[in-house]
Amino acid sequence: MGSPTPDGNEYRTMTLEAFADTIVPGEKRSPDDRAVAGASTGGGAVQAGAIELLETPATGLSNSLDDYQQALNRHASAYADEHGLPLDDSVPPFVALPFADRTSLVQALTGTGHQERELWVLLALFANMAFDTAAHLHTADALAAGHPGLTTMGFMQPGDDGLWRFPEYSYGKQLADPHPGTTSSGSPE
Amino acid sequence: MTNTESTDVLIVGSGFGGAIAAYHLAAGGARVTVLERGPWLEADDFDHDFLLGSSYTRIFDFVVGDGMSLLGGNCVGGGSVVYFAAMPRAPRFVFDRQGSIGRRMWPAAIDRDVLDPWYDRVVEALPITQQDWNDVTYAGGLFAAACEHAGRTANPVPAAIDRAKCTNCNWMMSGCRFDAKRSLLLNYLPAALAHGAEIRPLHEVQHLARTDDGGYRVHYNVIDDTDYRVHVGSGTIDAKIVVLAAGAGATPVILQRSEATLGTMPHAVGRYFSGNGERLNTAVVNEDRARDLLGLKRADGRAFRANQIGKGPVVASWDNLDGSLPEHSRFSLEQLYFPPGFGTILAQVPDATGPSWFGVEKKELVRQWQSWLTVFTMVEDDNEGVFGPPPPTGNAARISQQMLGRGTISYRPTANTLRGWAESDAVVKDILERDGLARVMPWTNDLVGAYTVHPLASCRIGDDPQTSALDDRQELRNHPGIFVTDGSAVPGALTVNPALTISALAERAIPGIVRAAQERGVDVRYGAPSPDGGTSGRRGVQAQLPGLMRR
Repeated sequence: MGSPTPDGNEYRTMTLEAFADTIVPGEKRSPDDRAVAGASTGGGAVQAGAIELLETPATGLSNSLDDYQQALNRHASAYADEHGLPLDDSVPPFVALPFADRTSLVQALTGTGHQERELWVLLALFANMAFDTAAHLHTADALAAGHPGLTTMGFMQPGDDGLWRFPEYSYGKQLADPHPGTTSSGSPE
Repeated sequence: MTNTESTDVLIVGSGFGGAIAAYHLAAGGARVTVLERGPWLEADDFDHDFLLGSSYTRIFDFVVGDGMSLLGGNCVGGGSVVYFAAMPRAPRFVFDRQGSIGRRMWPAAIDRDVLDPWYDRVVEALPITQQDWNDVTYAGGLFAAACEHAGRTANPVPAAIDRAKCTNCNWMMSGCRFDAKRSLLLNYLPAALAHGAEIRPLHEVQHLARTDDGGYRVHYNVIDDTDYRVHVGSGTIDAKIVVLAAGAGATPVILQRSEATLGTMPHAVGRYFSGNGERLNTAVVNEDRARDLLGLKRADGRAFRANQIGKGPVVASWDNLDGSLPEHSRFSLEQLYFPPGFGTILAQVPDATGPSWFGVEKKELVRQWQSWLTVFTMVEDDNEGVFGPPPPTGNAARISQQMLGRGTISYRPTANTLRGWAESDAVVKDILERDGLARVMPWTNDLVGAYTVHPLASCRIGDDPQTSALDDRQELRNHPGIFVTDGSAVPGALTVNPALTISALAERAIPGIVRAAQERGVDVRYGAPSPDGGTSGRRGVQAQLPGLMRR
């Protein structure tokens, strides 16, 4: 036996973190981080706040997270059985899978032939949104706090009033010939 | 509510089709009530913010179907509030398209020459202006230079944008904070209100029934202003005329649900849906090649890295809009910006060794986000979309409090549509990968199916009752007094952004609606000027009025 099994909430959080980390991988938060596989440098979806976003009622998913956890771990156990992989039972089955196998399983669950595809695509969409949009935070606040996703993308900072303006936006010169069939109103003929 | 209210003209939806009808009918003297399912926001309400619950989730709808996802507006002003304001006219050959029906899809009464004066009315009203190269953003300039390098032409796109007010913030999908985008909130709708029209936000029409006097009773739910899954009331309004303009994703659903009370609907209601043949490719630009190959240099010395800067699409390439080419081989390409979230999840890694849309390689792609260039393709699709039985309310089973829902449409692209996408993908690749300028991949259709920001044709006009739901004046066949003026009336894909064509058709439908209202005893006349009082557009359509107001 390994270390004691995580309690229900932690179990769910670890499972969903491992899923989010498969969508947008990040570096481990600590050397003993099990949920985050450490497949990429910098923060990933977990550090970006994926769990906080998924637990936001506005998503419509917050009441389904226990079901997601159970289903994902059920699929992970079946996957491990199918591939003869031993699983460390001190962590949820999906967390126990190596990163490459987490990836293979998520590919299968979101693949065009899978009957639960829509559910897993939905979970992946929100995991992705935590990273790419920080949808659980005001964007200006997220940027000010160095949100890993927006920062990784190079999303630019707003002005002092929290709004974006780009006074420099154009090369300011003609860069192609217009189509010869353009009408006087600027439309195609 | 126990008492049924009454009005002369009840309009469902306040986007282009609804706002144009509301203005003209109110200005002509009719009592007009507009029911809009979304909230009513104005400039100060439009947030630069991706937080769930900010304006972009309040005013935007994303309905996932089986094989097709629809993106559209959900607010007073409809699509005009969330769109990118690109406003070209449809090319001449589009009106001769046959699609899959073996005959001209458009009514014989309509071609480009017929529609041009109606286009002019809309151009005057919004107004729409030509942009020049000083308006063209870095992303548009890069696309233009790449087209030039590939031996192609590229045009600045006509747009409904006030250049003096635009800050190039690229938050257009959240609504324009600066009132630079000339949405309907700035022209037709305030003019309609000034003439006494009433607009009720958060009123979602469910179905129609007939009244004893030959009019219609419109049943609606009142939607909670934060959690759109919650209904906080319901009611009915009687009207002599109903104008449906709920959008191509909702108008057919209302009619399907009304079949129990109105009787059989025309066969084409909820069929022949077109996604306007839309497709996206994302390129990752090699900054050094952009500088060396295309000579591009920003003031700070960088070549590009400006994905975030701009105002949606500003440059289009129309070399494949050639009427001599076979149908489905004609398309336009447009440089575009989508904000992260929807604009990142579907982008794929070129030559991925693992998953293409998530995982390690995708994260590396996202690191280069400021060097992304997105190209929007509009081909001729095959009107493949069919709506299933309507959901209990609205046009989708809502998943999230706002924005996200599951709809009933199914869409299986035919070989024709797939060919159009393949041919256009190849052209995009040729333009952008030439001489190592960029790496490019189309967005995946495996997650949410194909997708469209321009749903069309689900309740379309035509001459053939088997394949069109509306006659050439946009009245619903066999249900006199119900008109449809939104994108669902457009017969098929247009190969360009459709908002101006939807609007021109709505303008053209007004004389017929006025005539029908008169016949039902409404004291209303046709002939309002442009919302700002201009009269040149009105003069231009004068010659067509007798035909449109015939009995």
